[in-house]
Amino acid sequence: MLMEVRGLTHVYSAGTPFEKIAVDGLDLDLEAGTVVGLIGHTGSGKSTLIQHLNALLKPTSGAVLLHGEDIFASKTSMYKTRFRVGLVFQYPEYQLFEETVYRDIAFGPKNQKLPDEQIDIRVRGAMAFVGLPEDILEKSPLDLSGGQKRRVAIAGVLAMDPELLILDEPTAGLDPAGREELLQNLFHWREAMEATILLVTHDMSAAARCDSLVVLDRGRAVMRGAPAEVFAHGETLQSLGLDLPEAAHIAMLLRERGVDIPSDVYTLDRLREAILALRTRKEGAAC
Amino acid sequence: MLKDITLGQYFPGDTVVHRLDPRTKLILTVVYIVALFTANTWLGYALVLAALLSVAALGRIPPKAMLRGMKPLVFIIVFTGILNLFFTAADDVIFQWRFIKITGTGLRNAVSMILRVLLLVSGTFLLTYTTSPLAITDGMERLLTPLKRLRVPVYELSLMMSIALRFIPTLIEETDRIMSAQKARGADMETGSLIQRAKALLPLLIPLFVSAFRRADELATAMECRCYNGGEGRTRMKTLHMERRDLIAFLLGAALLAGVIALRRLGI
Repeated sequence: MLMEVRGLTHVYSAGTPFEKIAVDGLDLDLEAGTVVGLIGHTGSGKSTLIQHLNALLKPTSGAVLLHGEDIFASKTSMYKTRFRVGLVFQYPEYQLFEETVYRDIAFGPKNQKLPDEQIDIRVRGAMAFVGLPEDILEKSPLDLSGGQKRRVAIAGVLAMDPELLILDEPTAGLDPAGREELLQNLFHWREAMEATILLVTHDMSAAARCDSLVVLDRGRAVMRGAPAEVFAHGETLQSLGLDLPEAAHIAMLLRERGVDIPSDVYTLDRLREAILALRTRKEGAAC
Repeated sequence: MLKDITLGQYFPGDTVVHRLDPRTKLILTVVYIVALFTANTWLGYALVLAALLSVAALGRIPPKAMLRGMKPLVFIIVFTGILNLFFTAADDVIFQWRFIKITGTGLRNAVSMILRVLLLVSGTFLLTYTTSPLAITDGMERLLTPLKRLRVPVYELSLMMSIALRFIPTLIEETDRIMSAQKARGADMETGSLIQRAKALLPLLIPLFVSAFRRADELATAMECRCYNGGEGRTRMKTLHMERRDLIAFLLGAALLAGVIALRRLGI
């Protein structure tokens, strides 16, 4: 197991009238080499949770184990965890600060105290993974387009070569084509580096492509399983203020009208197959 | 951690003090300060202190909150105290050990300076504790209106102030976020020499400035889109009204000032 979260609880402003339990006794297992989707409506504790996984926040109680070792054991282990668990915040483009794209991406590897040649390989490698041309390396990151800035910021985390990459809504505010491209780049990176991804998202078409999903509500994991299992509970998801992938939504509406569509249908391809299968069955019955 | 900083430190409430017109409170704060610096006898200070405590009690300000506000001032208070205690030149020596000399005048000066600083700061705290920053801005604008004749851009100044106040929490949040993001890339802002730490702040300050300018730009565009133009002919949703309680407050303020002046004249 790559990472185990055990009974994680985080309380903000404990002991004041503003006390708020953001994460409430949460357990979570991240298996090496998988893509796990974390979904939940705004304020469900997603952002608080992920900041514990790279030791930015200390839990009120509970533990986070990376390869079986407590990441909060010492200051050194907390610091080292930041490089092993890469965290891309929401709208990461607002954190760019260096004079050139190259130096911004090199910020993480430099903090890792890598030799210059190694940094150079990492920077160019990360640029390739997010699909940025090398001729922008010497430009100022502030002169790039919004989509390019986002890629530079993500490359800055990829360049640290983390074992676990956590992304908070990486596709927010991108157009559909940009979203698709970014997801493909990330999935490709994961395969090439044999890394693990934890994807926090509202975008259900992205969630549908994960290996497994965890649904968060008020700081607790209320559902987990493969996308097919989670999306089979359409009503529950909607009651938690979440969307369904389009295909799963259509399938649910059809089921409500008495059409016999299996509950594990959540992609358009599978939906088309299921509908075509119905028609052949009907024709078979008519003969 | 940054979220714990409270600016303006307004304590919402619904007491008489909270309901007073912000203009009244601003003027009375000035009256209070004048009274404080007019007082030069112990009885005078006692009168000012009594006024302060009764307003604090009326406004239901927890004593703890008042004390907490004093914390950053400890250094100044100790410094003024020591300076006055040991470096006042006078003949009425009451204690001497080698070159350290304490005089009666020095002791009296030290105590009265400390008292003055404490009373001054806690008095202005009362204003910010019981009046929301926006109400203060509103009151200031109205009080400064006569300066418009002198071509002072009063309206613009108060607008700037309200916008600044509005964006303080936003910028604090943003600072928190950028800090976390840079820490996630291994930025180390807490250890190292002073120069190293100053350098380590660049990854925080640059994005913060960039985003402050971006926000300012966006706000300006949004205001222009709604055909905003300030000053002339603009009405307000909440207009300020002087009530009977304001009159009473003014009378009490005048009584305080008169009392302090009388005590000064009489020298007791």
